[in-house]
Amino acid sequence: MRFALTEDQVEFRAVVRGLLADTCGPDELRAAWPDAETAGGGPGGGNGRVPGAWSALAEMGVLGIMVPEAQGGLAMTEEDLIPLLLEAGWAGLPDPLAATAGVAVTLLRHASSSEPRAQELLAQIATGEISLGCVFANSSRSNSTGLESTESASVVAVSNFVPAATSLDQILLCLDDSVHLVDPASLHLERVQSVDGARDLFHFVVPAELGESTALLTGAAAQAATLAAFDFAALGAAAELIGLSRRMLEMTILYATERKQFGVQIGSFQAVKHHLTNASLAVEFAEPLVLRAANSLALGNPQASLHVSMAKAKASAAAKGAAAASLQVHGAIGYTVEYDLHLYMKRSWALAGEFGDVEFHRRRVSAELLAI
Amino acid sequence: MDLTWSESEEAFRTEARSWLESNVPTPSLPSGDTKEGFALHLEWEHRLAADQWAVVSWPKAFGGRDASLWEWLIFEEEYYRVGGPQRVTQNGIFLLAPTIFEFGTAAQQDYYLPRMSSAVDLWCQGWSEPNAGSDLAAVRSKATRDEAAGGWRLSGQKTWTTRGAFCNYLFGLFRTDPESERHKGMTYFMVPLEGDGVTVRGFGRLDGDEGFAEVFFDDLFIPDDDGTPDTMVRGGILGEVNQGWGVAMATTSSERGLTLRSPGRFQATATRLVDLARERMGDGLSQQMADAVADAWIDAEAYSLFTLSDVTGVVEGVSMGARSSYNKIFWSELDVRLHEVALDLLGAEAELDGPWMKGYQFALSGPIYAGTNEIQRNIVAERVLGLPRK
Ligand SMILES: Cc1cc2nc3c(=O)[nH]c(=O)nc-3n(C[C@H](O)[C@H](O)[C@H](O)COP(=O)(O)OP(=O)(O)OC[C@H]3O[C@@H](n4cnc5c(N)ncnc54)[C@H](O)[C@@H]3O)c2cc1C
Repeated sequence: MRFALTEDQVEFRAVVRGLLADTCGPDELRAAWPDAETAGGGPGGGNGRVPGAWSALAEMGVLGIMVPEAQGGLAMTEEDLIPLLLEAGWAGLPDPLAATAGVAVTLLRHASSSEPRAQELLAQIATGEISLGCVFANSSRSNSTGLESTESASVVAVSNFVPAATSLDQILLCLDDSVHLVDPASLHLERVQSVDGARDLFHFVVPAELGESTALLTGAAAQAATLAAFDFAALGAAAELIGLSRRMLEMTILYATERKQFGVQIGSFQAVKHHLTNASLAVEFAEPLVLRAANSLALGNPQASLHVSMAKAKASAAAKGAAAASLQVHGAIGYTVEYDLHLYMKRSWALAGEFGDVEFHRRRVSAELLAI
Repeated sequence: MDLTWSESEEAFRTEARSWLESNVPTPSLPSGDTKEGFALHLEWEHRLAADQWAVVSWPKAFGGRDASLWEWLIFEEEYYRVGGPQRVTQNGIFLLAPTIFEFGTAAQQDYYLPRMSSAVDLWCQGWSEPNAGSDLAAVRSKATRDEAAGGWRLSGQKTWTTRGAFCNYLFGLFRTDPESERHKGMTYFMVPLEGDGVTVRGFGRLDGDEGFAEVFFDDLFIPDDDGTPDTMVRGGILGEVNQGWGVAMATTSSERGLTLRSPGRFQATATRLVDLARERMGDGLSQQMADAVADAWIDAEAYSLFTLSDVTGVVEGVSMGARSSYNKIFWSELDVRLHEVALDLLGAEAELDGPWMKGYQFALSGPIYAGTNEIQRNIVAERVLGLPRK
């Protein structure tokens, strides 16, 4: 028994943290927003990407961390990637790191034995040439709200949204019992306004012309791959939420030791202390759930989905709590887009509901526990 | 990460499980916080001790099995899984013993520890006084030096002493430097509760059991410990005179940290909660209730995992320090939530004096004892998060 990251994992994580601190600060995040005004600054015209951070990650081999050796990857596991997503969250990295290095790789590995296209894509991920989006969509092709759920919603939460869509090379589209590879240019994409501009979010309608030519997986194989990919997506978001929470709390603790009112640091007030302790308590007890789920995915533990849901439910709640406490302790300065807090807070709100919100994942747990 | 148990740990689990399954009394014992119940619990403690299950993590010489911290966790898991009785020895074995291991002389260890593990001596904790609760440094009970007689004379009052009326020893802080204030000038005493100069009055807790006591000291004489059983039986000092605060803090961190409330206890409660919810499903279980059950159960798992990471740290030499306050807040509030959800499931039956209502009342004391959760939140904020004290 040893419930901690290995020395190598700790080291890798620290390197990625440093890399992201250098390449993905608040200025770079603002530049990823399409609209400078809502971002609170920056050049405007962003597409949901931080190119400097992405190329540095690609160069380091982070994208190919879970790609098999045969395709030039590092052949490592979820247990190695999830800690890096904690760091991506901490930095607020908007790029599709979880989607490309985790979700897509999971899907493509399921398809690679039979599909040369999958092998090729894995190799391209490993070299860092491409970025991919992954969507768990509603198969009812006329769905226009993107929110409607289907029978399979108890297993996979669906949505017809995809972030940074115009920057992606390909999109992997998971439907009920098929997984398709589609070119974003062939999709009817409609930009929608996410609360977090750095996600540069698009809505799409599942195209009618999907078929054998687009399908990578079908039937039971597609279902198994989709479930595994969804689990990774949910856990990746959970890891990012923990990182985001830590970032917000760090900022807030710093602020509370600098800001003075009534002649003293506001962090000396007990109400402020207790807000921050409560928020940090939730984070401290959610993170072990995230790390355990990463281990379960890596080992193919039959309870992995359950473990993922426990982690995502608690990480979503923890991040919302951290955001609320951080805003309250900042007072009005936290309420302006010119201050950095909103960049991380808005990402937390977005990710808290992505790939299943608290309710959804709690239900996956209660269904398992109570057999309902 | 390796979340599996080794072969020898699995073997330990099997051995513990089979012993517990054939020895844990059924039906379960009446509360150990009543006179009759306490006597039955004492018998149980003697049975545990006879087969070396009382204090698995202690050295064999003192009645243990030299078990690792991991094995201790496994034992606790199995203990609560089969519904083992509450440990009326807990204040000694979990709170005083770690302090004796750290600060006691070899003679004190040899004398007190085996008597504690075999439940010959029963220890209660004497921190609180009428005017020293959260503010423990306000202790006023004092010990006066009697040079002529070669010892100390204790006077003052302790209160909220759990099972004080059933124990024969108390450990606690007494002011030994009359000029001193606050944290200075106190000494950690081990005190017999029998004989001239000590009066114990038991009284009822919220749940109706006589689990509390107040203890009055009126010139109780404690001879200097010369390293012989003759003097040690009459009590003594742990650590240095006037250094009691530091010694006591070692005990409180055991109380908040790992040893007092192992995850197995709450996982067992969470499992019972899930069983209750399944039983009630026939009556139609609302999604809201199912969600509440799931949420509380997840928290019990989270506590277990948090503990595994703490134990990994401890095994690798990283001290928990003030992080132990996270534990205390979490387990105590988790225990309340588990019981609240159960009572909600019971509906109108909740008011009946059954195990869940009884458990609920006890759970409600968790955020108060072992340092209130308000105080723990201050500790986390100041010593873990680094917020300013003043
Ligand atoms: C079931 C049970 C068993 C116990 N067993 C023992 C035992 O065996 N031995 C023993 O010595 N004691 C025991 N205690 C006593 C326990 O340690 C004290 O109750 C506890 O330390 C709080 O002290 P108090 O009750 O005097 O409350 P107070 O200290 O008077 O506190 C009352 C309220 O004020 C709050 N408060 C006080 N100071 C602050 C502050 N600085 N900031 C914020 N809030 C504050 C507290 O959090 C609490 O909510 C037991 C208590 C219970 C309930």
